[in-house]
Amino acid sequence: MRKIAAQIRQQIIEMIYSAQSGHPAGSLGMTDVFTVLYFGQILKFKPQEPFWEERDYLILSNGHICPVLYACLAKAGFFAETELKTFRQFNSRLQGHPHLGSPPGVENTAGPLGQGLSQAVGVALGLKMEQKTNHVFCVTSDGEHQEGQTWESYMLAAKYKLNNLTVLIDRNQIQIGGPTEEIMPIEPLKYKLASFGFDVAELDGHNFEQLVANLKQTKKQLAPTAIICHTIPGKGVSFMENNFDWHGKAPNQNEFEQAMKELKNYE
Amino acid sequence: MSSIRKGLGQALLELGQTDERVVVLSADLTDSMRVSEFKKTFPQRFIDVGVAEQNLAGVAAGLALTGKIPFIVSFAVFSPGFNWSMIRTICYSNLPVKIIGGHAGLATGQDGATHQALEDLSLMRVMPKMTVLAPADENEAKEIITAAYQHSGPVYIRSTRIDTPDLTSLKKEKFAIGRGQVLKIGNDVALIAYGSMVARALEAANQLQAQNINTRVINMSSLKPLDKQLIIQAFSQTHAVVSIEDHQKAGGLGSAIAELISQTSNQTPFKIIGVDDQFGQSGQTEELYQKYGLTADNIAQTIRNLLGH
Repeated sequence: MRKIAAQIRQQIIEMIYSAQSGHPAGSLGMTDVFTVLYFGQILKFKPQEPFWEERDYLILSNGHICPVLYACLAKAGFFAETELKTFRQFNSRLQGHPHLGSPPGVENTAGPLGQGLSQAVGVALGLKMEQKTNHVFCVTSDGEHQEGQTWESYMLAAKYKLNNLTVLIDRNQIQIGGPTEEIMPIEPLKYKLASFGFDVAELDGHNFEQLVANLKQTKKQLAPTAIICHTIPGKGVSFMENNFDWHGKAPNQNEFEQAMKELKNYE
Repeated sequence: MSSIRKGLGQALLELGQTDERVVVLSADLTDSMRVSEFKKTFPQRFIDVGVAEQNLAGVAAGLALTGKIPFIVSFAVFSPGFNWSMIRTICYSNLPVKIIGGHAGLATGQDGATHQALEDLSLMRVMPKMTVLAPADENEAKEIITAAYQHSGPVYIRSTRIDTPDLTSLKKEKFAIGRGQVLKIGNDVALIAYGSMVARALEAANQLQAQNINTRVINMSSLKPLDKQLIIQAFSQTHAVVSIEDHQKAGGLGSAIAELISQTSNQTPFKIIGVDDQFGQSGQTEELYQKYGLTADNIAQTIRNLLGH
């Protein structure tokens, strides 16, 4: 999986460099989590049948990290990897922020922060009504925990005891304008989530063993669960790591070459 | 008299019986929105999100992703007032979420300006993929629920608190999306209205009749898509046209008609009657309609002025 993750990181950098726009920090930071979801036998899916009834749902709330989603979907076989280079280009299916069903495997429209968890709660409720056992994973950013809607969603998930829902929080400590705790503190996050009726776990978002163990376990959970994934924004590219300047900026040619060199060593 | 919201609630109950995909979501206005019976009959398909309208729309989007047909109910000032961005995401995804905005307009009365949605149609009409409907009576409310359910995309339905006269005897056909209806024929002038203003338009037409002005009255309950043919005919076959609405002039029915007619070679004079860039206030509906000019007298006077009488 380490090797797959390194390849996905290279594709993320290629996509953002080629588009000369996009969000590298969060995409690179969440690559290990996404790799485990798609290639660690966590998510059930059929690339040839994207709306397969028994699939698990991955609802992405912080849509700006879609490069990691697109790269995973391509590698998993939902569409050709060659299409990745059309990211953010005119007439591409790979929009700057994802659009439902475009490309196949994208489960929801996302971009305006705070909306994804509501959608995930709706999906989980709909599945419960049908007594289905599909699991719903919702990927959220730490910054969007400043949106009131996110907390409205937590309350509803707890009310309906949605044990088919797992929220994965990218706790990378940064947002577009700086550190989350300077812009608008969200701590103590763990206690807030617990007080909203969620089971809470914390893990190192770059530790494959921890990720596999926790994500396997979460599909058998008895209560709605939030997993705080501590990640390093820009992970894998030394000059991007932990630097909020790289939230939404594309590398120039030198930076691109340097980043690709570092990521190849990662393999 | 008939109740629009009662019609909406009754039709939802009937739909619930015929299609299990129909779910109703409320933001703690279950009784005011007349969906208590649905809640009682289908507790598994009724979700109360509490006072949380952003979540209301977001959760409905998620339910639609699993094949449900969600109807979300609240007051129009809150939904679409609070959740325009979530509804925009629904439209962009073309999901079959049906939004019922209740207690719209000055008709809300004593609750005052905070609770009188006068901007909801503008907010919904600008949204690509959105269909915008406004019933004029209880029976049309039922027909509109059926039409919204059968339509594959998002729909906004505007409802009002007050009772309205039953117009069934004046209608020749059932409601259809994109179609308006002529409730009274006449070739001198035309009045175009929706919702609670249809009854005022009919009253104004009676007043004008006494002065030998034959007035055509059109119920334009489909605000988007508009019945373009019916409107263009009204402009080409009469000498003056007036639109009337319990809504801001900006962005409502009058705006929609002006957008359409400005693209033609029309020469017929046209006036928009509506709330003119103001907020409402507390009061009885009749007092408010008087103050803001939404009366049969004002409609009739506007027509006489246009005709130079």
